[in-house]
Amino acid sequence: MKTKGKQTGSIQPRKRSFLETLKKDWSLWTFCIPGIILTFIFSYIPMYGVQIAFRRFNAKQGIWGSPWVGLRYFQRFIESPYFVRTVTNTLILSVYGLIVSFPIPIILALMLNSFRHKRYRKVIQTITYAPNFISTIVMCGMLILFLSPTVGIINTVIKSLGGEAINFMAKKEYWRHLYVWSGVWQGMGWSSVIYFAALSGISPELHEAAKCDGATKFQIIRYIDFPSILPTATIQLILSCGSILSIGFEKAFALQNDLNTSVSEIISTYVYKVGMLDNNMSYSSAIGLFNTMVNLVILIIVNKAADKMSGTSLF
Amino acid sequence: MKKEREIEVEKNIRRCKEDVIFDVIIFVILTVLLLIVAYPLWWVIISSVSDPKAVSGGQVVWHPVGLTFRGYLEVFEDDLIVRSFLNSVLYTVCGVLVNLAVTLPTAYALSRDRFSGKKIVTIFYVITMFFGGGLIPTYLVVQACGLLDTMWALILPGSLSVYNMIVARTFFKSNISEELYEAAEIDGCTQGRFFFQIALPLSGAITAIMVLYYGVGHWNSYFSALIYMSDQNKFPLQLVLRSILITNEAALQQAATTPEAREALNAKKELVELMKYSLIIISSIPVLVLYPFIQRHFVKGVMIGSVKG
Repeated sequence: MKTKGKQTGSIQPRKRSFLETLKKDWSLWTFCIPGIILTFIFSYIPMYGVQIAFRRFNAKQGIWGSPWVGLRYFQRFIESPYFVRTVTNTLILSVYGLIVSFPIPIILALMLNSFRHKRYRKVIQTITYAPNFISTIVMCGMLILFLSPTVGIINTVIKSLGGEAINFMAKKEYWRHLYVWSGVWQGMGWSSVIYFAALSGISPELHEAAKCDGATKFQIIRYIDFPSILPTATIQLILSCGSILSIGFEKAFALQNDLNTSVSEIISTYVYKVGMLDNNMSYSSAIGLFNTMVNLVILIIVNKAADKMSGTSLF
Repeated sequence: MKKEREIEVEKNIRRCKEDVIFDVIIFVILTVLLLIVAYPLWWVIISSVSDPKAVSGGQVVWHPVGLTFRGYLEVFEDDLIVRSFLNSVLYTVCGVLVNLAVTLPTAYALSRDRFSGKKIVTIFYVITMFFGGGLIPTYLVVQACGLLDTMWALILPGSLSVYNMIVARTFFKSNISEELYEAAEIDGCTQGRFFFQIALPLSGAITAIMVLYYGVGHWNSYFSALIYMSDQNKFPLQLVLRSILITNEAALQQAATTPEAREALNAKKELVELMKYSLIIISSIPVLVLYPFIQRHFVKGVMIGSVKG
């Protein structure tokens, strides 16, 4: 065997097989080309173009010709009153959202899983999933209609009980609750799918064994169901912590009006306003980049922490 | 033996009592949740076919009052709404086709163990999940490509969602075996032909999931259009909806001086309110009509995705 390997030489056959794999791979590489080109153009070139955050951008000289100004725009953002306002608003909104909308789907999945009536369970699932497919605009439109001081059903109820109509959308103290709880309404069913899937993977023998030992339903949930979805929950938690500063633009912007901007102005809406409405491209990019970097750092920290505490991590 | 069995039965009864209480509590909570989710949806439906006066007067609670379809007729007569609806259909169909053409081949290639670029291409995509240029640099690139005010600005930048690609990759990996390809290869089949004639026909489920994920995404989004579109004739439905439902841009602001004008204005106001409900229904119909059929696929998608975390 040894001599045979020596005789043919280790270079020739290896080289040939490498060329062969490359030849075979060539078609697989072609499969990747459209995606790589598009992702390169629309994700990687902007990553390179993010340097306008360090330049004073003007349309005449373009991205590559505008003069460097270093960290000036970052400094300007940190020193401006909008820094504290947008970062606090973003943080409050996402931490509040996380605290409320993280456990609810888990509880829902646990309840659904231990619910015995299969057909009714199906009905509940079908209906609670549905709001997830409604668009942000429609959801916000519905919220505004329901809460409208003149035609809204909520105010009709308040008035019929003898109270006075409240213009919810104009009162900033309600805004965060509306934002977060409407999100729960829309997403709770759908977010429970992943936990429900994890729960249905539990071997029924475990449940039977527990029943034989006289465990109550609550004990089964507490000691079997809950621990077995913990890894899934950890991953979900890491993922949502990673995007803690990147709350979507769509909903916050749709629910925003002049009367509630002091609580509803978050980083993404501010980036939009500065960049697209005020045409301050460099400043807007600097804020966006700051946001991305903070997210990345938080994600890495949370991932490390989760890895240390529970042994579950993303990477 | 007999005694033991009796004890067992007794135990069962006791346990049942505790569990019955537990069951009842869960039943009540779930039913309340069901109502909380279902009622607003139901209310929009009945309001859209009710007399606007009854709606704003709070008489519409459980069923339509003064059945009318005027809201719907009015919506269909509005050129802007109809046009934007058709635009949305066009953007969604083209968008999904591009999404599929980009996502499925990539996912297939990355699912093959023999693919030498597996690692580097995966890293290439994962980086984009955690880092990006942000709004303005992306806008400048789209602008430089001359895509502003075209539907390609809504379609090309998000043509591959990494999450969806990973779901599809997981599917290919577990459903299209390498052995299958090897067998075809012996018969002289190339990778390209194998993908189109063997792998894809076997992947109906994942194709359906991708169509639905991407399709609902295109139909419901408004942010890209808000940034890239300025020509009102090219607006997708969601953007037009935004101006009607949220910013209330309907031309109602004109002053009404005479009582008749005020009355006409009030009537128009009511009609616009009515139109809002019908609009909500109409814009959600494409998704909601398909929903009972697609729910199964969506759930399957989540499950495939969760395998890989």
